[in-house]
Formats: sequence, C-alpha cells, structure tokens
Amino acid sequence: MNAVFKRELKSCFNSMTGYIFIAFIIFIVSMFFSLYNLYAGSSLIRNSLNGVSFALFIIIPILTMRVMAEERKQKTDQLLYTSPVKITDIVLGKYLALEVTFLIPVILFCFYPFIMKIYGKTEESMAMDFVALFGFFLLGSLYLAIGLFLSSITESQVIAAVLTFGILMITYFIGGLLSLVPGSAIASLIGFVIVVIVVAFILYAMTKHIVVSVSVGAVGEIALLIAFFANKTMFEGLFAKVFSVLDCSAKLDNFFYGIFDFTNVAYYVSGCVLFIFLTVQAVQKRRYS
Amino acid sequence: MIEVNNLTKKYGDHTAVDHISFHVKKGKIYGFLGPNGAGKTTTMNMITGYIGATEGDVKVNGHDIFEEPELAKKSIGYLPELPPLYMEMTPEEYLKFAAELKGVEKQKIKSMVEDVMQMTGVSDMRRRLIKNLSKGYRQRVGLAQALLGYPEILILDEPTVGLDPKQIIEMRQLIKNLKENHTIILSSHILTEISEVCDEVIIITDGKLVASDSLANLSRLSELKNNQINLTVRGNEKVILECVRRVNGVKSVKASVSRNDSGAVDIIVERKADMDIRESLFYALANAKCPILSMRADKKSLEDIFLDMTKMPDTSNGEAVLENPKDKLQVKEG
Repeated sequence: MNAVFKRELKSCFNSMTGYIFIAFIIFIVSMFFSLYNLYAGSSLIRNSLNGVSFALFIIIPILTMRVMAEERKQKTDQLLYTSPVKITDIVLGKYLALEVTFLIPVILFCFYPFIMKIYGKTEESMAMDFVALFGFFLLGSLYLAIGLFLSSITESQVIAAVLTFGILMITYFIGGLLSLVPGSAIASLIGFVIVVIVVAFILYAMTKHIVVSVSVGAVGEIALLIAFFANKTMFEGLFAKVFSVLDCSAKLDNFFYGIFDFTNVAYYVSGCVLFIFLTVQAVQKRRYS
Repeated sequence: MIEVNNLTKKYGDHTAVDHISFHVKKGKIYGFLGPNGAGKTTTMNMITGYIGATEGDVKVNGHDIFEEPELAKKSIGYLPELPPLYMEMTPEEYLKFAAELKGVEKQKIKSMVEDVMQMTGVSDMRRRLIKNLSKGYRQRVGLAQALLGYPEILILDEPTVGLDPKQIIEMRQLIKNLKENHTIILSSHILTEISEVCDEVIIITDGKLVASDSLANLSRLSELKNNQINLTVRGNEKVILECVRRVNGVKSVKASVSRNDSGAVDIIVERKADMDIRESLFYALANAKCPILSMRADKKSLEDIFLDMTKMPDTSNGEAVLENPKDKLQVKEG
C-alpha cells in the first residue's frame, strides 16, 4: 500500500495534474475569500466555501480520471496485480494519494480563519469555520472516491472524466430537481415503478440473464404495489425522501452552520467506503470476466 | 514448482485456453510455443495471477494462485509482453517502487536494485526517463523488474520481441545466465530462440496443449519420421530415376519440380524406415556414371515440428505430416 501510495502521489506532481488541481481550488476559494470575507466583511468562511463546492465537481474528475484508467490502458496494472499485494491495498494506496493531494489546499484554507482573526473574529466563529472546512474536506473525499470508482470501470480517461463530472453534477443538482417532484403518494409510486424498471434493465445489460432480470423487476413491482395499497400515506413524499440520499452537497449545510453532526460524518465516510469497495470489486470483476 | 491443472479461460463463447495441464520442474528453461492467438499470453497471465481462470487451478510451490495469491506471487517474477513501465519515472525510481511493491525489505532495496540493474545492463540509463529509453532498454528494465526479490520462477512473455539482433543475442545470453538460479518459462514464436535457449518445450495451439516434452525428444521423434533425401545429380533424368529405384531400401523416387540448368537433376528419394541408404545411393549412381553433386538428409528443425504440431487437422492440405502426434508423444492432456 505504501509503495502504491508514494508512487501515485509522485506521479500526481510529476505531471501538471496535481499542480493544476491545487492551484485551481486555491484560486477559487481565495477569490471568494477575498470577495466575501475580506472586502464584504463576512466573518464566516462558509460563505466562501459555499460558492466553491461547485468548483469541486469540475476539478475532481481531472484529478481522478487517470488513477485507475491509465494503469489499465498502459498495462502497468500487470505489475500491480501480479505483485504479492492485495487489490484492496492497491486501491487504498491510490485513494490515500488522492486524499493527500486534496488535503494540501484544505490545510492551506485552515489558515484563512486566522487571517480573519486579525480583523477581530470571535473564538466561536473560528470553531464554526473549522467545522465547515472539515465538512468541505469530507465532501471532497466522497467525490474523490466516486471518481476513483468511475476511473476503474473504463480504460479511457476521457470517459472516466465525463462520467465523473456527470454523476457529481447530478448529485449537486439533485436537491433542486427533487423539490420539483410532486409529493403525492401516487407520484412517488410511479417514480419507484420507473426506477425498478430501470434497475431491471441495467441488471439485464450487465448479466445478460433475462430470467433473473425479469423476475427481479416483477418482484420489485409487486412488492411496491402491495406496500402502496397497504399503506398509502407512507408513500407521500417518499420518492424525494429516498433519493435525497444522493444529494451529497446538502449534507454540507449542517457543517456550514457549525453543527458537527455525526450522522453526516457517517454518511460521507460510509459513502467513501462504499465506493472504494466498489472499485475493488470492479477490478476483481474485470480479472474474472 | 508449478503445477497447472485443467486450466481453462473462456471469454463468452470463445475458449481462449482449453483444459491445459503441465508441470514445471526446478532449474529448467521451458519454451512456450504456439502460433499467434494460441493462448500463450492468456495462460501466462493466469499463472501469474493477473487474470482469473474459468476453470482449473495453478499451484506455485504448493500455493494456489487463486486461493493464496500473495504467497504464490512471491515466488514469481513476470515480464509481460509489454513491459509494465511508468513512462514518467526513471529506471532507478521504477525499480525501487517495484521492489517495495514486492515486499523487499527496506534496507535491501538499494543493493538489490543496484544488482539487477547491473545484471540487465541498465545502470547507465538509471537517471533517464523511461519514456526516453529505446525499446531494448525498456525491455531490460522490465526484466530487471521481474528479477527483483530474486523469485525462483521467472515468466517471460516474448522477451526478445522488438529488439535488434545484437540485443536479442544479449538477451538470450542473459536468460541463459539466469538459468542457474531460476526456473524460467519463456514464450516466443521465434523458434531458433526456443531451440537455442530452452530445455523443454510446451506447444499449444488453439488453446489446447499439443506437446510437452524435452526438445531432444521432440526432435528425435520427428527425425525418425523424416525419410527424405534430397539429391542433385548430373545426368539423364530417366537413367538416374531408374538407377535409384533399383537401390535396396528406396521406397519411392521423384524428380523435383524445379530443374537445374546445368544438366543436373534434383530428385527426392524416400527411404524405407530405419535404413541408411546414402552409401548405396552413392555407389549405384557412381556406377551409372551419374555424379552426385549434393546430397542432403534434412533433419527436421523445430520449425517443422512446430508446423506439424500446430497444423489444424481440418486444413485443406489433408493429412497432417505427423499422423497423430498424440500417439507418439507423451502428451499430457486434460
């Protein structure tokens, strides 16, 4: 794990990618910082960070796109997977290298509250700022894990970047989109019915097993209908509630208001673990198919 | 050292490797032969644990590569067809990384990297970027990587492809030198290379094992089957053919299609098995005042053996040259 981590980190900074990534984030955050905090005199860094989270889903794909895809394309993964190292360790090594790259600008931002302190900032708002920065770091970590996973399912860096960008954008805007979904029980039911059909299609595309996918789809739909007729009120607004789980930037709000909420920490951490696990599975699956 | 049992790899409906079994013994060089697309690389990738098998197992020093991959991979050094090099690193950095990856102890890494660079002759290039190295040097860096940790088994996939003739000779010499401490499996479609370097030959075609035997055995067998003698004789074609036909032990004789200008005739004589008729041919033709200009009893080269073995039974030229190699050779088939 150590070896992979070191090499990955080095390669980040042997090419322009690492520098561009860090420079871009620092530039955006610092720009907002000087506008909101220094000129406009807002005392909390969250106003700057709030404007910045969109920048993350633009720049993170640039950092993560090559991580797995390039190894596969250049066949250097042959060295990794024939070495006496667990695949989990390889993936973890790579993920940690990404984390460290991202941590560099975040650590720099930790000094910004001290700059504001010169202009008379309270201890309380300092603490709030650090909680906000921690949330920002967690969001970035989750984005990195998603990017890592999407890089592992393709050989092409471009496809990896576009996929990551698309999916991160969806998670960013999904909060707004879900508020447009009508809250009635029947609308939720229709939403779920469509989702089950889509899942069945994806299952078929992946396994080419018609019986399994059709039966999964059928069982899902029947279960939905039974649940719907058993308890209609439960379905009210359920669709939006369930899918708001995908809205990873909304979980940031609590951090921005200085609330160190463990459910949200757990949300981000388990999201990272899930995507690292999926990356390992994607690598394994490719070796066996 | 390595036991391969019923190894099979299927890609959808296509069977790339079909129930291959063979054993690799310590201290020998094994040549892995087969036409393009025969499944050599796939087999090697499975033995080294890069890809999984659909069926069957591989045991390296008693450890199953799929069950205990970390233990099994420890004793294998692998040089894939395309050396897995990071272009933005220098050979020294790369080898240090690979050594660490292979779990070489920290204090030994430096001397080991030094050592393998010496062995493969890349010391002079240590500070250049790999992307600026020539194909030959990249191949050497790849080999150096495989040697790290001094694994007992080296698996080399076409180690001389793309090298110039001088480099090829050097690479072969290097491989021969490695024989003392390593068991080597190398794949190639350059047959002279195999016959020069290897002790044992494993031939596969179409994903199936057709022969696994020592080189000496293989050539002896096919030599026995070669009953042809090629002659160039000066004189009248009819007289010569008549004369040769009367020699004891001659099965058939025919003039070859291409004729000599200088009044000489090329003929091909087929002898009965287990009889050396060269002397009798000489005296018979001498008596007929038809001087022999040249006489050759061709030994079968590995090339012919290879072609015979890998010939598809259903190709249009009908009978395979070897009636059925499986009867004659001790073929281990799954």
